[in-house]
Amino acid sequence: MGLQESLASKKFVVTSEIGPPKGIHIQEMLADADLLRGRVDAINVTDLQSSVMRLGSLAVCHLLQEKGLEPIFQMTCRDRNRLALQADLLSASVLGIKNVLALTGDYASLGDHPQAKPVFDLDSVSLLSVIKTLETGTDMVGNPLSGAPKFFAGAVVNPGGNPVEAQIFKMEKKIKAGASFFQTQAVYDVGAFEKFMKRVAPFRVPVLAGIILLKSAGMARFMNKNVAGVFVPEPLIQKMSKAEDRVKTSIEIAADLIKELKGLCQGVHIMPIGWESKVPAVLEAAKL
Amino acid sequence: MLLSQQKPLEEILRFLDGEKNIFILGCNGCAEASGTGGKPQVLEMKEALEKAGKKVTGFSVVDLLCQKALVQSRFRGKAKEVKAADSILAMTCGVGVQAVAAVSNKVTHPACNTLPLGGMRGEWQGSERCQECGDCVLDLTGGICPLTACSKSLLNGACGGTTKEGKCEVDQEMECGWRLIYERLEKLGQLEKLRQIYEPKDHSKMMPPKGLRLSERWALEQGK
Ligand code: SF4
Ligand code: SF4
Repeated sequence: MGLQESLASKKFVVTSEIGPPKGIHIQEMLADADLLRGRVDAINVTDLQSSVMRLGSLAVCHLLQEKGLEPIFQMTCRDRNRLALQADLLSASVLGIKNVLALTGDYASLGDHPQAKPVFDLDSVSLLSVIKTLETGTDMVGNPLSGAPKFFAGAVVNPGGNPVEAQIFKMEKKIKAGASFFQTQAVYDVGAFEKFMKRVAPFRVPVLAGIILLKSAGMARFMNKNVAGVFVPEPLIQKMSKAEDRVKTSIEIAADLIKELKGLCQGVHIMPIGWESKVPAVLEAAKL
Repeated sequence: MLLSQQKPLEEILRFLDGEKNIFILGCNGCAEASGTGGKPQVLEMKEALEKAGKKVTGFSVVDLLCQKALVQSRFRGKAKEVKAADSILAMTCGVGVQAVAAVSNKVTHPACNTLPLGGMRGEWQGSERCQECGDCVLDLTGGICPLTACSKSLLNGACGGTTKEGKCEVDQEMECGWRLIYERLEKLGQLEKLRQIYEPKDHSKMMPPKGLRLSERWALEQGK
């Protein structure tokens, strides 16, 4: 079952992600992807995450597809202008890649090539519109295409955005522009997320809550200070700092979060950030 | 107004490598205001070059180095010193250096870097900036320009990276432009405007129209 069908079937959907390596040794990454086989509905492939130059998302999506896994092609507007974005969408389509996650992208100066020229010719909303336009059989300026591609487009939303109202306006715009599902920034504060979900319920579009495995109390504090929209409540930080077995506690926390989120949204998106091998244990503990 | 900053002396000396006689030009316009091309800086430069073993054949501070006619008439007054020089060192912005290079028949070296201002500012300088995009969207953004106030020049709302303090994820010294737009629209009772989807910018509109390239002064300088 593809991601679109899984979401349509109303089941609780799980997605996770892999990050392409910096270089051409792909064995480890493919092994990580294999761990997710049969356990998740789809796998995001990040697009030069954190603005760090590395192996491209499109090629890796193709590799996953060949191995019978369901990829979600992440596409940012940082590195490609409107010609290149449309061309890559057509490329994805001929490779059989259907799921696309449209993102604006981090700024280039935050990565390992701060000297790069940031593009941002389109933004996440206009990229979604372009996807929709290509599906009608023309490019974004109205020239006919030989054959219309078909995509399943998604987007992201930050439930802890500042101010959150602005994020909700933008979410609505993304839906209007063609987003059929959402993945969120990491959620740790279930109460706040519940409030957010109440506000976006009228949109009737599936939301997959973001889960980032806490590796330590230090990481939690770091995120609270530096990552926009992420808030790890103090009791969770305490739990991590007192943990005898950090991995075990981390898995427990993630699994508990997933159980609590189950009644609130249509799925979760697990971002392991290096702890790919722990994802199956999280899912087992969450009884998924 | 253009903002300039003097290049490190080592870099300037590298430009002058193999040249002995230098004529220095300063500018009483933006470069003076930037503290990079006024008389004091020109005199300092003269001293520094002489210390480095160069001969300064002469120097001059012109009101506006970007005004080619002015530069030309100054050259006439200083014909001997200019002629004796292997090259000219222009302590001014990029426009000034180009203007000097265009009217002198000497190698012209830049002494400054021209710094980005993130868009043009008004004659009376405040924090508002305009990138001359050719298709103004201020009506929809409460009068705050998303092209200059947002690091990514986003048109459809904040990127999700706005920090907890409301700053920009790219530069925490800077307010998030889209947060400011949100707050302004809220105050104006115009949050509805956030629902409108902006079409991607037409970058061809950012090319200067032909008619504007042919300004009066430009025509005068071309002798037409
Ligand atoms: S929208 Fe365009 S024209 Fe209007 S202020 Fe911004 S850059 Fe200038
Ligand atoms: S944080 Fe705000 S100003 Fe900075 S890039 Fe994002 S939307 Fe633009």
